Amino acid sequence: MFCIFKKELRLYFGSFIAYSLAAAFLLLAGYFFYTDMVFYDLFGDFMDITTSLWNYYFLDLRFISMLILPLLTMRLFAEEKKLGTIELLWTYPLKDLHIILGKFLACFVFFLLVVLCTLVYPVLLHSVHPFDWGPPFAGYLGLLLVGATFIACGAFFSSLTENQVVSAMSTYGVLVFFWFLTWNEEAVGPQLIGVVSRFSLFDRFGDFAKGVINSKDVAFFILATTFFLALTLQSLESRKWRGIR
Amino acid sequence: MIEVVNVTKRFGPILAVDRISFHVPRGEVVGFLGPNGAGKSTTMRILACFFPPTSGRASVGGYDVVSQALEVKRLVGYFPERVSVYPDMSVRSFLDFVAEAKDVPRAARKQDIDRVMESCGLHAVRDRLIGHLSKGYRQRVGIAQALIGTPQVLILDEPTIGLDPEQVVEIRKLIRALGAERTIILSTHILSEVSSVCDRVIIINRGRILASESLADLRAQVQRTRRVRVEVEGPESQLQTVLAQLPGVIRVRGDGVSDLRREATENGSVAAVIEYEGGDIRKAVSQAVLRHGWGLLEVRSLEPTLEDMYLQLIRDAETQRHTGQ
Repeated sequence: MFCIFKKELRLYFGSFIAYSLAAAFLLLAGYFFYTDMVFYDLFGDFMDITTSLWNYYFLDLRFISMLILPLLTMRLFAEEKKLGTIELLWTYPLKDLHIILGKFLACFVFFLLVVLCTLVYPVLLHSVHPFDWGPPFAGYLGLLLVGATFIACGAFFSSLTENQVVSAMSTYGVLVFFWFLTWNEEAVGPQLIGVVSRFSLFDRFGDFAKGVINSKDVAFFILATTFFLALTLQSLESRKWRGIR
Repeated sequence: MIEVVNVTKRFGPILAVDRISFHVPRGEVVGFLGPNGAGKSTTMRILACFFPPTSGRASVGGYDVVSQALEVKRLVGYFPERVSVYPDMSVRSFLDFVAEAKDVPRAARKQDIDRVMESCGLHAVRDRLIGHLSKGYRQRVGIAQALIGTPQVLILDEPTIGLDPEQVVEIRKLIRALGAERTIILSTHILSEVSSVCDRVIIINRGRILASESLADLRAQVQRTRRVRVEVEGPESQLQTVLAQLPGVIRVRGDGVSDLRREATENGSVAAVIEYEGGDIRKAVSQAVLRHGWGLLEVRSLEPTLEDMYLQLIRDAETQRHTGQ
């Protein structure tokens, strides 16, 4: 598992795509932090920092993650299938589960490093305008959890195809669907919305952005990540019973 | 070392491998021969645990390829038909990854990689990105990854395709050297490769094994008619009739082409190939030629080439198939 993890990280840091995605992420994160700061500067007198700054900042970061992560995960398995290197991995003494976990962790660590870079904004703010670190900590924790789910979901779609574009687009399809799911209460109906919103990856994130760590939400994201990783395992193992060349 | 019993593999409606069985003892080098789509790669992929057989049982070193796949994978070095390597990795870091994936102990890793790079001639390019290497070098990287971890069994799917003649000779030499202590299965289209490297040949067509014998046995089996090449200074038309009248002769044909055209050689002599049955005809041929006062330049018995045997077997199988239907 560790060798796959190392190989994936090496490939991320050796490829231009990863750097450009990280740059785009940081650029957008910087822009949003700036605009959110402007908002907080205008309305900070009436509202506390959590509702007027952190809430918006983390919702924005979550949005950027949704844009960037499928582009990071699309190659995980699709590229190996296209290159044929998956044939090597499957004939080395490695377990499918270890291949999946190695790839997932490498992607997650890359995401973690990029997210850590954004810490620069709150640290700078803290140096001129001290605040309580609790709420942003909750926000960052939620961001990593929701990011892990996005990555697991992307890994699953990547394992279904050898085309990276198909892999990214289907991941977008699912993530955006979960995002829109709770927008229109009228369409879903008042009873159903209660059920549906429990499955929304985005509503679940809301509390974290407001500085609340709810154990139910933490459990949900861990469960969702495990669910998508289990699907990925099923998808890889399907070669054992499907008649594929 | 390798045991295959009644193995079948289906891809949906396509029957790729049809109830094949064979056995490879330790230390033997076996050549897989067959036309495209015959089931060679499928069989090799089953043995490399890439996918399991639809039915039947296969084992390597006593371990079952389905239930003990991990143990089998530790024994086997596999070179896939499609040379697949990571273009964004350097040769060294790729082999490093392979050594780690194959559980080569950390202390032995560097030495193992050096040894493999040495035998595959990769030292000069060890820090280059694989994507920037020529096809021949990429092929060598593919072979190198199979050799990492000194596996006891090597499964090589067309290892010399796409290499230049010099590299082909080198790789064959390498395979021969490895074959001294290891069990090797290699598939190929190049028949001379089989005769130069392999102890035994398995010929596959349409998912079935047509022959699984040593080259000498195969020769004896296919050689129902024998052939003699004769080169004579004399009149062409008369030579034809005289030779055709000898006992046991089936036909007399020109040298090199299959129809009955005689061929004048450079020095004005006539060369012919006589196909016959029964005992050695060379004495009778030379006597007949001398009796007519012609000059006898050569009488030579022709051994069937591997090409002949291979084509004969495939043709026979096809005829059987058609008459059977």
